[in-house]
Amino acid sequence: MIKNISNLGDASVYCDFGSEVNENINSEVIKYFNYLSKLVKNKKIEGITNLSPSYNKLIISFDLSLTSFSNIKNSIEKIQIENEIKHQSKNIKIPVCCEDKYGLDFDRLTKKLKLNKKEILNLYFSNEYFCYMTGFIAGMPFLGDLEKNIRCDRLETPRVKVPEGSVGITEQFANIYTFESPGGWNIIGQTPKKIFNQNETENPALIKPGDRVTFYEITEKEFLNWNE
Amino acid sequence: MSETFFEILRPGVNTTIQDYGRKYLYHIGVTVSGAMDLRNHKLANALVSNNTQEATVEFAYQGPLLKLKNGKINFAITGDVFFKILRKNSEVENGKCYKNYVLEQEDQIDIISTKNSVYGYLAIGGGLKLKSYWESYSVNTKANIGPNNGKKFSMNEKIQLKNSNEVQASDKKIDYKSELNNFIRVIKGTNFDYFSPESQSKFFSEEYSVTNLTDRMGMRLKGSTLENIKNTNIKSEGLIKGVIQVPADGNPIILLNDHGTIGGYPKIAVVISADLDKVSQLTPNTKIKFKEVSLEDAENIFKSYLSETNKYLNEIN
Repeated sequence: MIKNISNLGDASVYCDFGSEVNENINSEVIKYFNYLSKLVKNKKIEGITNLSPSYNKLIISFDLSLTSFSNIKNSIEKIQIENEIKHQSKNIKIPVCCEDKYGLDFDRLTKKLKLNKKEILNLYFSNEYFCYMTGFIAGMPFLGDLEKNIRCDRLETPRVKVPEGSVGITEQFANIYTFESPGGWNIIGQTPKKIFNQNETENPALIKPGDRVTFYEITEKEFLNWNE
Repeated sequence: MSETFFEILRPGVNTTIQDYGRKYLYHIGVTVSGAMDLRNHKLANALVSNNTQEATVEFAYQGPLLKLKNGKINFAITGDVFFKILRKNSEVENGKCYKNYVLEQEDQIDIISTKNSVYGYLAIGGGLKLKSYWESYSVNTKANIGPNNGKKFSMNEKIQLKNSNEVQASDKKIDYKSELNNFIRVIKGTNFDYFSPESQSKFFSEEYSVTNLTDRMGMRLKGSTLENIKNTNIKSEGLIKGVIQVPADGNPIILLNDHGTIGGYPKIAVVISADLDKVSQLTPNTKIKFKEVSLEDAENIFKSYLSETNKYLNEIN
């Protein structure tokens, strides 16, 4: 349920679903996101230019020359999602090489978490993750939740460049750097798999909100010879 | 028929292809991009009788030096730009913005620099020959999305043009007056109450200065630091162009066209839509002041912005 609707500037609607981060609240956000995406696609609602679902918020941007905050707000308030379109959630498997060359932060993690590398990886690989949202950079998935014993703060000083494909963890979340980018997450490995491809016009992002993701370990040899 | 193109003899500082930008992609992390100064992009197209959706060449500060090959075109430059037209017979013309020109084969356009502003636009009659990505020609250099492999132009590259059959001298021009004041109108953001009462009032009463840490992604400001009394981080959520976010150091950042789509810094305010073109043209060291307006005011100001744009468009036609 949307708890509050307000305006963010003059050209977007800010829907607040709550303050906690959990799968229930996020599933509500994704439900609205899917519903609105369909309305936009079928041209049942005018002027919307973007939808940004996140953990517990949905921001709807619109073209102020075509519609207004009050119009969109009214439409949202009228929405009743009865026959919920079930999100076709995919299960995606991501290979990760965790050799020290790619897992950049095991020194820090083993000290902070008081676990050895093998223990950290066992906990990491044994879990299935839910994709709460994608973004920041194109296609970057925000996945959760990590097992409690491997939750760690982000780096005090973020890296200027995190290599493309790096797999990171911070707090209750895991992510994948789809492009080389600045970033402060603890890097435990790197995937050779392409997560975002602009030439795939229909489906550029491999992982979407609501999908489920598992990771599995590969050797450096497999990493270097990876062929999609 | 051989292809008409520009040879890039000097690329300029940050020369890219832009149009209205992308839609419906925030949720996968692809930002809007598009022309930083949308009105000038629109007017440039109108001056050469293009559809206003056509792509233009956007340049920042020093622009490109371009030589026309295999053809004849109409072009127009908008913004506050110092440029020259170097004719093949060695004649040099001082260029005027907001005016339609004919360029012959082997003539050059030398876009020397923008004046007291950042961005200028070059439109070519008939448009540019490009591949679109998600229905937009805009280049996003941070994610390498868009034509030219998502990169800014470099030396010796080519800008392919559509061959236009109807090139003739035209008297299309406008008398453009840019609005020069340093008030940026904003609406309070969703985290305005994260800041101390003193900081809330300083935000609207003191001057902020634009720093050189400014590009197509965002504009970092310097001034009175803003004290956060609640939490310097929020749970990451969506961002939009014009959001003013304040990281832990207390210095506000205005997000612009190539901004990240998700962020976790509190949002103190949002620039109103009508002032976004103006913000993008602010050069480093400019002093600005924020002025609060209501949503209703912002909507009315936007209507005036649109009718002013239309007034110029009517002047052209």
